[in-house]
Amino acid sequence: MRPFNYVRASDPNAAARAVAANPQAKFLAGGTNLLDLMKEDIERPSELVDLTRLKLNEIKPLTEINKNGGVSIGALATNTETANHPLIRNNYPLLTQAIVAGASAQLRNMATNGGNLLQRTRCQYFYDTAMPCNKREPGTGCGAREGLNRMHAIFGWSDKCVATYPGDMANALYALDAVVRVSGAGGRERTIPISEFHRLPGDTPEKETNLQHGELIVAIELPKSNFAKNSYYLKVRDRASYAFALVAVAAALELDGGTIRQARVVLGGVAHKPWRSREAEAALAGRPASEESFRQAAEAALQDAKPLAHNAYKVELGKRAIVRALMRAGKLA
Amino acid sequence: MSDDFDEISEPELSDDEEALLEEMPTLTGVGQTRRTFLGQTIAGGLGLFALDLLALEKAFAAVSSSPAAAVAAGSAVENLLKVVLKVNGATKTLNVDSRVVLLDALRERLALTGSKKGCDQGQCGACTVLVDGRRVLSCLTLAASVEGREVTTIEGLAKGDELHPMQAAFIKYDGFQCGYCTSGQICSAVGLLEEARRGDVSHVTEDVTVTTTRLTDDQIRERMSGNICRCGAYPGIVAAIQEVHSGRQTQHTWRFVDEDQLARVRKEDADETV
Repeated sequence: MRPFNYVRASDPNAAARAVAANPQAKFLAGGTNLLDLMKEDIERPSELVDLTRLKLNEIKPLTEINKNGGVSIGALATNTETANHPLIRNNYPLLTQAIVAGASAQLRNMATNGGNLLQRTRCQYFYDTAMPCNKREPGTGCGAREGLNRMHAIFGWSDKCVATYPGDMANALYALDAVVRVSGAGGRERTIPISEFHRLPGDTPEKETNLQHGELIVAIELPKSNFAKNSYYLKVRDRASYAFALVAVAAALELDGGTIRQARVVLGGVAHKPWRSREAEAALAGRPASEESFRQAAEAALQDAKPLAHNAYKVELGKRAIVRALMRAGKLA
Repeated sequence: MSDDFDEISEPELSDDEEALLEEMPTLTGVGQTRRTFLGQTIAGGLGLFALDLLALEKAFAAVSSSPAAAVAAGSAVENLLKVVLKVNGATKTLNVDSRVVLLDALRERLALTGSKKGCDQGQCGACTVLVDGRRVLSCLTLAASVEGREVTTIEGLAKGDELHPMQAAFIKYDGFQCGYCTSGQICSAVGLLEEARRGDVSHVTEDVTVTTTRLTDDQIRERMSGNICRCGAYPGIVAAIQEVHSGRQTQHTWRFVDEDQLARVRKEDADETV
């Protein structure tokens, strides 16, 4: 690991100022991904600003900001604290399910919500410094495009990058219309809808989110949700636990009797960001909650998939996973 | 082991080490003498010592002018941190390079070698320790970031000669073979007990809106998935955790052979290698 200067931040503004002042500085929260990447010589910060003493770990009702209800989750609350908080378990069980589908208990005890959003791809070419990677070293090429790409994207990829976003938590946040609250160096806050938080690779795969350097995630806000009764997070992976998704589905239904009022279908493991399928959602709205409706939605969701040499299986797997997740969400299976 | 030291005490030096000490460049402004510096690095032997020296010299090369360096507890040198760790109830003060992770601080500086380095990248669980009662991976935790927190390692679980119930259960159920993953498994299992008491959910919880504090064997397997055992001692591990968690004893499907049986087998087979 390369040498770095360690700074412990005393308040969020000071932390944002410290990182903004040094283009090579990074925030340190749980460290589960960042320290791993530093050991691999992929991340090379000259300075780490440790956020872990900041009081940004509250999980509380959103009423003071938004009269319509909802919950604010502190950026520094751990994944474990978040998944198990009564406000989340009872109102957003989809988020709880997504979080505990990821990583291991130890990692969830360390990982924070803000850090989870910023975790980087597990593409093996990104990790292997002997290989070209436009994300790690822009302009060197993409090892995965013509290489082993079984784990890679089937949506939204570019010739520059076919990596996937590896997380689970964010897939649920997309389905729940979350908003990310960030604070800049001057203490100026802004909000980013979760759907605009992560980016597709395009020509700049090294740029994964729309955060500015030095902007600090302070909270994730969840609007009041009508999906609590009928939601399900399905994760398909090579083993039963502690592995990244081949395909994941965050499915949520708002039902009016047997009819779907509105739906959310978000796929994980298939693109450079959580892949919300508005096609599937449109196919479900107003339809009866039935396996037939779910199959049509799944066809719509995967219709425009562009698989690579080794991951065509994700198209069929994605369809079946969507049907299965919706069946579980609708309590039909 | 003794818990009352703040730094590893000054070692007896061999002739070779004395000679090396004389040849070392003087490290100025780093808040420590050459001799104590050597003392901190000597535990790993001369090979490691040379590597350490190289790394530290690199670290000392750039003197920081940033105001942020003020947090480096009185040191004017970039990357050298004075860190006060609370480990197994004792307070330890260490001067460490900022890159030192908790696992290396425990093993190389505090001689607490129970925590093991397996993959060193958060995939195997061998380095699991408890921080403020929660199981974490010490290989991905900077020593500096846990300053002031309560760190408990496998060495801190027993009360004198009285084993922690989880340690005793691992022995009873043969929850290991080579033993390399065992301290991580046990620390992880102790963390798991508290999570279960709190009613935490897992990936195999059927309904996350319902709180239950009783774990099935499947629940234990899922909750222990961050601890890998290459010997495959999983059945014994699950049985041990289940007994400590619920009191439920798992029937052994094997037992140790006694002397009479062994003698009989030897006689029948006339095989002295049994």
